[in-house]
Amino acid sequence: MDQSRYIAKHVAGLPKSGIRDFFDIVARMKDAISLGVGEPDFDTPWHIREAGIYALEKGKTHYTSNLGLIELRRAINKYVEKHFSVAYAPENEILITVGVSEALDLACRALINPGDKVMYHQPCYVSYHPSVALAHGVAVPVPTFARDNFALTVDALRAAWQPGCKILMLNLPCNPTGGTCDRAQVEAIAKFAVEKDLIVLSDEIYSELTFEGEHTSIAGLPGMRERTIFLHGFSKAFAMTGWRIGYACGPAPLIEAMMKVHQYSMLCASIISQEAAIEALLRGEEAMKKMRGQYHRRRDFIVRRFNEIGLKCHLPRGSFYAFPDVSVTGVNERDFAIGVLEAEKVAIVPGSAFGENGKGFCRACFATSYEQLIEAAKRIERHVQNLAAKR
Amino acid sequence: MNPVLKLLLEGSRLDTAQMAQVLNLPEAEINKQLAALKAQGVLLGWTPILNLSDEEAGMVRAVIEVRITPERGGGFNRLAERISRFDEVESCYLMSGSYDLLVFVNGKSLQRVAAFVSEKLSTIEGVLSTATHFMLRAYKEEGFLIEGKKEENERLKVAP
Repeated sequence: MDQSRYIAKHVAGLPKSGIRDFFDIVARMKDAISLGVGEPDFDTPWHIREAGIYALEKGKTHYTSNLGLIELRRAINKYVEKHFSVAYAPENEILITVGVSEALDLACRALINPGDKVMYHQPCYVSYHPSVALAHGVAVPVPTFARDNFALTVDALRAAWQPGCKILMLNLPCNPTGGTCDRAQVEAIAKFAVEKDLIVLSDEIYSELTFEGEHTSIAGLPGMRERTIFLHGFSKAFAMTGWRIGYACGPAPLIEAMMKVHQYSMLCASIISQEAAIEALLRGEEAMKKMRGQYHRRRDFIVRRFNEIGLKCHLPRGSFYAFPDVSVTGVNERDFAIGVLEAEKVAIVPGSAFGENGKGFCRACFATSYEQLIEAAKRIERHVQNLAAKR
Repeated sequence: MNPVLKLLLEGSRLDTAQMAQVLNLPEAEINKQLAALKAQGVLLGWTPILNLSDEEAGMVRAVIEVRITPERGGGFNRLAERISRFDEVESCYLMSGSYDLLVFVNGKSLQRVAAFVSEKLSTIEGVLSTATHFMLRAYKEEGFLIEGKKEENERLKVAP
């Protein structure tokens, strides 16, 4: 029996994630130094973990409301107002989700009619295009370039725009490039969104990990609150990837629509994670700043080393990813990543896993120890020299 | 803050060559800064942090609450410094509360520590009383957890 004929066309048509593909190759390699992960190397700060344990001890093992615990929504409102200059009503404008990934999926499913067009900048997080496709939307990629430090420019938006575009998805700072936009650039994007009457889905999961200048949320700009769904979570800033906890904030009718999908699919996010998230917001800032300080110094080191090696690398203003240009080596990004893995046992991810515009680049996560970074840089350097010698 | 000190406080165990790489400074500069930190009395020294719960190590440790008489002019300092000079004393702090000095001592056996307390410490002029508590087991040492078995790290090698 051919089971594949039962699979829905739009699912069968989804390409296998480039990351997944590469994961299978790396899994075969024992003892590789991995710069391939998309998560902090720190465990969740203990006081947050302990809050999760305490929640279990207290018998917090039940469903929560679909929107999530009201205490958490109140804490989120305070946190978002303080750091992003925009306030949301805890009662009906904040929805707790299973990671920011679910929030993004909900937004797509709640807003997209079949055929609606969604603009997103690329290279980008691996799930953006599939989330749009799974909601029967049409993804419209907008390129970002190394020459702009991978900031999203209005010129690129204008060039990519076409009739029928309804949504603009943003991820600033961006996985995998570490690129972000300064205030003037975000203001220009906001103006463009108003001009073209776009709803903005702004995934700001890396915002706390902004190393230079202030992070500017598009939701906090004048006139943007009404047309923006602000998406955020705890994974990166508080090292809580495995807890799967995030949230969406937006105008009540949009949150209500997302909540409808959420209640029939997920019901609610894990109560243990919600309890731990409250602790993270109320008392986690110090630990977060400490981690950010370490990422900052590691970034300066690895970016400097890539440039010394001859792999041109812009200084990522946010996130924990460096995105060096490997095209100078004469091999494509996939062959380079496989080569450095097989010859030197260092795992980095080919940029093409994050879309067409990632071609020629590789993503290296610097959320790992100095010892590992020093050794990885040494090995990559050797590999680049060996490739040069062969040419 | 001095960048070398910052790196040391992160708890990373880098040698000076590695520190030089991370901070983008010549190794000689790192050594110079370390020397300066020592000269300023900020960096006191390097001591290995050991798990002394191992029987082989055969170390007995105690914490002693000491009440002393303060003196005109010097307060508690002269006596505290005198007590601190004993090799048995690991650390010594002036405390607020019902006693004055908290003294951490170690010795090869319970008898040795007891002898130190009864023969050296309590006989010093100005020491009013001592209360000695022997440590039974360490769970955390200088920021390091002492765990039975380290859990295998199941972090993925590649993730989105």
